[in-house]
Amino acid sequence: MDSESLLLSLELASGSGQGLSPDRRASLLTSLLLVKRDYRYERVLFWGRILGLVADYYIAQGLGEDQLGERKSLYSLNCMEWSLLPPATEEMAAQTAVVKGRFMGDPSHEYEHIEMQRMTEGDRTYEDEVVIQIKEESRLVSVIDQIDKAVAIIPRGALFKTPFGPVHVNRTFEGLTLADSKKLSSYFHFVEPVELKNKSLLEKADLDPSLDFMDSLEHDIPKGSWSIQMERGNALVVLRSLLWPGLTFYHAPRTKNHGYIYVGTGEKNIDLPFML
Amino acid sequence: MEEQPQDEKKSQSRRQSLETREAQDRRRTLSQTPSVTGPTDVSARGSRGSLGAPPSRGSPGLPLSQKSSGAPGSQGSLGAPGEEATEGKPMESVPQMGSQSLHHLVGFVPSDVSMPETYAPMGGSQFGPYQPMDMSSDTFQPEPLLSSSSYLEEDEGSHGPYTIDDPLFRGSYMEPSFGPLDYELPEPEPRELMIQNAKAYLLKTSVKCDLSLYEHLVNLLTKILNERPEDPLAILESMNRTVQQDWFHKKLDTLRDDPEMQPTYEMAEKQKILFLRGAGEGEQEMEEEMQLVEQQPVQKCRFWGKILGLQRNYLVAEVEFREGEEEEEEEEAEELVEGAGEGMEGRGEEEGEEDEEKDVDEPPKPTWKPPPVIPREDSRTGANKYLYFVCNEPGRPWTKLPHVTPAQIVNARKIKKFFTGHLDTPIVSYPPFPGTEASYLRAQIARISAGTQISPLGFYQFGEEEGDEEEEGGAGRDSYEENPDFEGIPVAELVDSLANWVHHTQHILPQGRCTWVNPNQKSEEEEELGEEGEKADELEEVEQEIGPPLLTPLSEDAEILQLAPWTARLSCPLCPQYSVAMIRSNLWPGAYAYAIGRKFENIYIGWGHKYSQENFNPTLPPAVQTEYVIGPETMEMADPTVEEEQALKAAQEQALAAAEEEEEDEEDEEDEDADD
Repeated sequence: MDSESLLLSLELASGSGQGLSPDRRASLLTSLLLVKRDYRYERVLFWGRILGLVADYYIAQGLGEDQLGERKSLYSLNCMEWSLLPPATEEMAAQTAVVKGRFMGDPSHEYEHIEMQRMTEGDRTYEDEVVIQIKEESRLVSVIDQIDKAVAIIPRGALFKTPFGPVHVNRTFEGLTLADSKKLSSYFHFVEPVELKNKSLLEKADLDPSLDFMDSLEHDIPKGSWSIQMERGNALVVLRSLLWPGLTFYHAPRTKNHGYIYVGTGEKNIDLPFML
Repeated sequence: MEEQPQDEKKSQSRRQSLETREAQDRRRTLSQTPSVTGPTDVSARGSRGSLGAPPSRGSPGLPLSQKSSGAPGSQGSLGAPGEEATEGKPMESVPQMGSQSLHHLVGFVPSDVSMPETYAPMGGSQFGPYQPMDMSSDTFQPEPLLSSSSYLEEDEGSHGPYTIDDPLFRGSYMEPSFGPLDYELPEPEPRELMIQNAKAYLLKTSVKCDLSLYEHLVNLLTKILNERPEDPLAILESMNRTVQQDWFHKKLDTLRDDPEMQPTYEMAEKQKILFLRGAGEGEQEMEEEMQLVEQQPVQKCRFWGKILGLQRNYLVAEVEFREGEEEEEEEEAEELVEGAGEGMEGRGEEEGEEDEEKDVDEPPKPTWKPPPVIPREDSRTGANKYLYFVCNEPGRPWTKLPHVTPAQIVNARKIKKFFTGHLDTPIVSYPPFPGTEASYLRAQIARISAGTQISPLGFYQFGEEEGDEEEEGGAGRDSYEENPDFEGIPVAELVDSLANWVHHTQHILPQGRCTWVNPNQKSEEEEELGEEGEKADELEEVEQEIGPPLLTPLSEDAEILQLAPWTARLSCPLCPQYSVAMIRSNLWPGAYAYAIGRKFENIYIGWGHKYSQENFNPTLPPAVQTEYVIGPETMEMADPTVEEEQALKAAQEQALAAAEEEEEDEEDEEDEDADD
């Protein structure tokens, strides 16, 4: 959620039961502003909170000019001092995929993973146990990246793409209509599109290239992994992800307010197919 | 005056709409910004009129300005003089037009570009200049209409001087004395001709819609001028798109009620009633509960929490009824159950008699008996200590959830399903869950309550008049009461040590109850039947299940795979003197408890599932039952093969032969002996 409308956004997203205490909100307001100035970001988003056993991580993201461009993630343990996280790489993702369980809350904590590796010594090959240390920081980075790629969403029309390439915030976005806000197709993944190219020409003909340049939620697998609800009559639409429980997206139809926040343990819900 | 016949074509209305839009703007302009736009108004109006040329802002301009000053803020007053004037206007303006016709046209091209200050979105109204009463524009000028229409009807592209010889415009609205062809058409200069041609091109309507480029640009620039955004060039594209959209999706009139927002208003109204009845402050849920309290004979009521669902959420209230009130319902239910049971048993007896008569013909009865049903706990004890009401949203009626049975709890432990939000959804799962979503919900609530309802140490204590523990087979004390001497534990200590918190709900045994019941204890009726029938006694020794007693501290909770089951935090690390001790369950994500001083509370907000690090593995179906007892009689033996038989036969013959030889030998020996 945008750091500029933080308080309102927290109110709107509070239906999932996750909130912040007043002192944290106050510290977030000031510290995010300072982050924006120091790192010279265009927009700073408060991404959410990952619950650890000992401490919680508060995550923020900074965006540059291009909204779909590179995003820098920062974390903090006390909402005041923010540290930059390294960008996510494929190796990190592969390495941390083996770590399961909750986050500890200590960024320097190392998980030990025992792997059997083949080692050759001369003529013999034997398997040996190798203990691999995985830092919690890299796990944090890859989890944030996974969540972003999978479930960060944005309503249709909130961003538009200029012919030169960069993607901008659409200042004239007045919000989705009520009928549109109940459909999954009006929401896009806030990430570079993957499936867009696979669409048939017939489907692409109806799309507006400046607005429909991201993947929509309609074809997410597994089907039904989003729960759409209207709260307060029709005044607020809330989408919750069932694949990453804890991600809440809210939008007030006909207004500009929208945003998402993740508050959870940072673990994917692999049992989803059993639960639907 | 007659109105133009209503069989106008679309082109006609298009032209009309262009003019009327401008007329409406002028109306609004006059009503909204009288002071500022005085001169521009005149120019705008003048532009529409044939009197746009500065020198001709003479007499026709005068009545206009008079009107503008005379009716600054009201449309109505403008309408009145407009109405009066329209009749006279064409009369007086036309002759002047007659004298300066084309010059006006030419003159009005550049001034055309000036925009009215406030431009309303296209109303698409059906007004036309031919409807005198509605059109309060006092600058009705047939000539621009003629010009634009003539432009529009030029298809070939010959942009020579045109004739205003269009029968459509010979409307009866025109005064008979007005003849459009009365004036002469002087030769336009080439440059002016180019300008006219350019405008003609711009006014050409696009194929897809009724909008012409000219109109669209007018709208766009007006919008920009109205809103005055910071960097118009950067957002030009977006604004362009928005204006285009506005043309098609007209913004809703503020006067008209939006039907889509009706549910919001209804909900708000319902909730408003809650606020009015109650004390006036507090959460909506609290007000809801008050309503619940008034409806039912409730002694204690507590907001338990919220369970999220796919389509709707559940708000849960934990309620304790007053003594005696609830038991009536329970008795009725029990009677029904007993009646049904008796009916079943009666039928069983009849069947038994029939069986004895016809033994042989019936297929063999299965010897499998379903495991005995474990009886449900009584209300107010164990898992059914409280009654739970749920509702989907504040403002909706509360529904009572049925009591939970041990079978439901046992099954709920084996499945993991999301709640949809509708209480009557069937739960499709394996093992099949006995009940609908209402029972599943109730079972999960029972499990969560049993696992996560905690209080600071010392808040509750055991009553002093309890009987011995051994009477109930080790079930332990099952009631507690508030400790009046409780003084509160400092927040820091609550956070530091988990031993300062205790569970105050009973743990649910694997059987599904809080107090253990031997399932093999039969009631008297069953024993009688057992003697009559042919029940195979396969009673097994069932071990008594024991769970941790009430009021055990959290430090004794089992770990989840080296993971602490609870996490304690201070709510506000910056100012510890004001903060609240908060404790979170890791086993049931979403369960929170907090305490400060002498107050504490538990709440649950979440999906309603337990946390497990391992993936969920559904229960495997049981092994296939054996049809019969495997023993030597029923065991299939392989028939001996031919070789084996022959070998056996050969062996037997050999044995026989050997036996005969021995006999012969013996006989020989006997003979020899006899000989000697």
